[in-house]
Amino acid sequence: METATAPVEPKTNYLNADYGIKSWLLTTDHKRIALLYLISITVFFFVGGFFAMLIRLELLTPAGDLVLADTYNKLFTMHGIVMIFLFLIPSVPAVLGNFLVPMMVGAKDLAFPKLNLASWYIFITGASLIFYAILTGGVDTGWTFYTPFATTFSNTNVVTAAIGVFIVGFSSIFTGLNIIVTVHRMRAPGMTWRRLPLFIWSNYAASVIMVLGTPVLAITLVLVALERLFHLGIFDARLGGDPLLFQHLFWFYSHPAVYIMILPGMGVVSEVIPCFSRKRIFGYNFVAISSIAIAVLGFLVWAHHMFVAGISTYAALIFSILSFFVAIPSAVKVFNWTATLYKGSITLETPMLYAFAFIGLFTMGGLTGLFLASVGIDLHVTDTYFIVAHFHYIMVGGMTTAYLGGLHFWWPKITGKMYPESFSKLSAVLVFVGFNLTFFPQFLLGYLGMPRRYHAYPPEFQVLNVLSTAGASILAVGFLMPMIYFAWSLQYGKDAGPNPFRAAGLEWMTSSPPPTFNFDETPVVTWEAYNYDQIDAPNEGVKVAG
Amino acid sequence: MPDSETVSNNLKHHFANLEQQTATSKFGMWLFLATEVMFFGGMFVSYLVYRLSYYNAWVAGSQTMEITLGATNTAVLICSSLTMVMAVHFAKLGKRKLTAIFLIATLVLGMTFLGIKGVEYYKHWVHHEVPGPNFHFEHEGNFDPRHVSIFFTLYFAMTGMHALHMVIGVGLLSWLLILNALERFSAEYNSPVEIVGLYWHFVDVIWIYLFPLLYLISHRHTG
Repeated sequence: METATAPVEPKTNYLNADYGIKSWLLTTDHKRIALLYLISITVFFFVGGFFAMLIRLELLTPAGDLVLADTYNKLFTMHGIVMIFLFLIPSVPAVLGNFLVPMMVGAKDLAFPKLNLASWYIFITGASLIFYAILTGGVDTGWTFYTPFATTFSNTNVVTAAIGVFIVGFSSIFTGLNIIVTVHRMRAPGMTWRRLPLFIWSNYAASVIMVLGTPVLAITLVLVALERLFHLGIFDARLGGDPLLFQHLFWFYSHPAVYIMILPGMGVVSEVIPCFSRKRIFGYNFVAISSIAIAVLGFLVWAHHMFVAGISTYAALIFSILSFFVAIPSAVKVFNWTATLYKGSITLETPMLYAFAFIGLFTMGGLTGLFLASVGIDLHVTDTYFIVAHFHYIMVGGMTTAYLGGLHFWWPKITGKMYPESFSKLSAVLVFVGFNLTFFPQFLLGYLGMPRRYHAYPPEFQVLNVLSTAGASILAVGFLMPMIYFAWSLQYGKDAGPNPFRAAGLEWMTSSPPPTFNFDETPVVTWEAYNYDQIDAPNEGVKVAG
Repeated sequence: MPDSETVSNNLKHHFANLEQQTATSKFGMWLFLATEVMFFGGMFVSYLVYRLSYYNAWVAGSQTMEITLGATNTAVLICSSLTMVMAVHFAKLGKRKLTAIFLIATLVLGMTFLGIKGVEYYKHWVHHEVPGPNFHFEHEGNFDPRHVSIFFTLYFAMTGMHALHMVIGVGLLSWLLILNALERFSAEYNSPVEIVGLYWHFVDVIWIYLFPLLYLISHRHTG
């Protein structure tokens, strides 16, 4: 443990190695690029959240009184595009993954540092185009760009936004490619596949989806843009095109994209739970393989978004069964996390609170996903708030919670400073309470038949909508608090030391913040992942840095 | 510059040795090619779906293709793959002059392909076969000319994307030529040549699929 007695001179680390603006904008250090991503997606998160607040304010009353119907269409579209493509997809992989993958495998950097920097510039270019589209009138197609509305009827900036998403897609491909190659080729001596932290396994699985799924979305958006610009008939039924083909191609990426958004979050939870239960994870192999299984099965279920679109009954049946299959590896993870807790020495630090919130909310989101995988129930609740609630339980309750948990867990490593413990616990509680208050009423609303994407609704739905909006305000406070105290901790936080949580993993065996090349010398791994029994054994704390 | 210097100048800081670096770059390119397969895959699936739906229109569209030009281009590309292999081979032997010669040959063949493709595009344009307001297709047989427009949309999308990749390939070859002239490569360090070679072969393989699908398989049919 940290036994620093005399004040030592501050070690050179990746943050104080150089201060110039060029040293940041032209850096190839994966840790600095991770921080560039962190700052960008935090801005985008609050922009997307701003749109969400306007949506919730409009829905406070049954009448469409705050914004016009057209404006409302743009609000939910831009909320979706910003949150999915500019926040959720890059959140854990491009921020925490970028920072941690090389450190966890014991490498000096990602395999292709320049490509990594390029991916951030590509991301910013695409994001700028999306924001240009937003500022010059917005988009109203929904984040799904469904044809023929997007190609023929919408009068908004569809092409600009689509090109923006197309470009952002390449940044995600490059991040995924970098992660996969790094895991294959850059592991330290002794770091075998079965000694890899589960965070690596789940980011690896998500990267496979990024590399194989994103290009399909890219070409689909190219075809949409071509059709809209030149009035071609690829997806327009009047010209012989097939709108269903668009939906198939779109969801071929966009369903697996859900797993891009959730798998890295599962990786975070798999790190946090063992650390604060002081136990090796239960069923390491199963948790690792279930990530790969989710990635593979995730590619085979896309048409469950199209049960009401007019696909054949047999196709619906097959896709329904396959969708049920995805629940198996997901449940394996939940059961194994829970089993890890059994007889563990559990402490409720902030990351652990977030991890608990994740397990509960993800389970809710996952189980309601099974409702939607059954064709009969799906026909009843399609395009209602039931769907909205379901995927927010996964995206916000799952991924955003895991992202925040991970950010707290590795904040001492990233900055060398501790966050304030009481405020952060309060924020975790506020997020959990606010989230449930926002989205649980939406399950009821959807079940009662309130359709999504309308700015007005019958008065009998008002009580539940008011609850939801009230919850959203609490949630907003829960999200704003970390912003403030993280910034505060940079200046006033306690020094964290190399390993404040006595956690396992190579990233904790170097100083905080880490030196530019991560380790003073390349580590040699001779132990299993999550060797908490060894770390906690008396007189044998040798596996912990300090 | 001596060969050992090309190694020390090109070994990046985060790799243990050149073997690791080369293996890593190659693996990265293979993975990128997997991305590319999926990128073109979206268009191949669209092609398949519409070919099954609008078979007669597909036959009519396919019959407008000039097989001679397409076949010439196929031959040109296959030859360029051969010259690329030779360039990689001589780069590995550290023979800079021969590397340069074969890189130039590949470059010229690639440009030839693009030139012939341009002639084909021009002919389609003159015959009003480019989808859009000017599209006009002589109506004979049991099909809807609008469906032929979809054929041509996919034709231009697929061959256009392929041509774009060729243009990028030509750029990469020029970059290799410059590095080669600056004596950056040696028998020890030559992975950029090999990696661009992988890319070049991939682009050729895409064409090997495009040519039969767009030109050949419906050509003789009298639908």
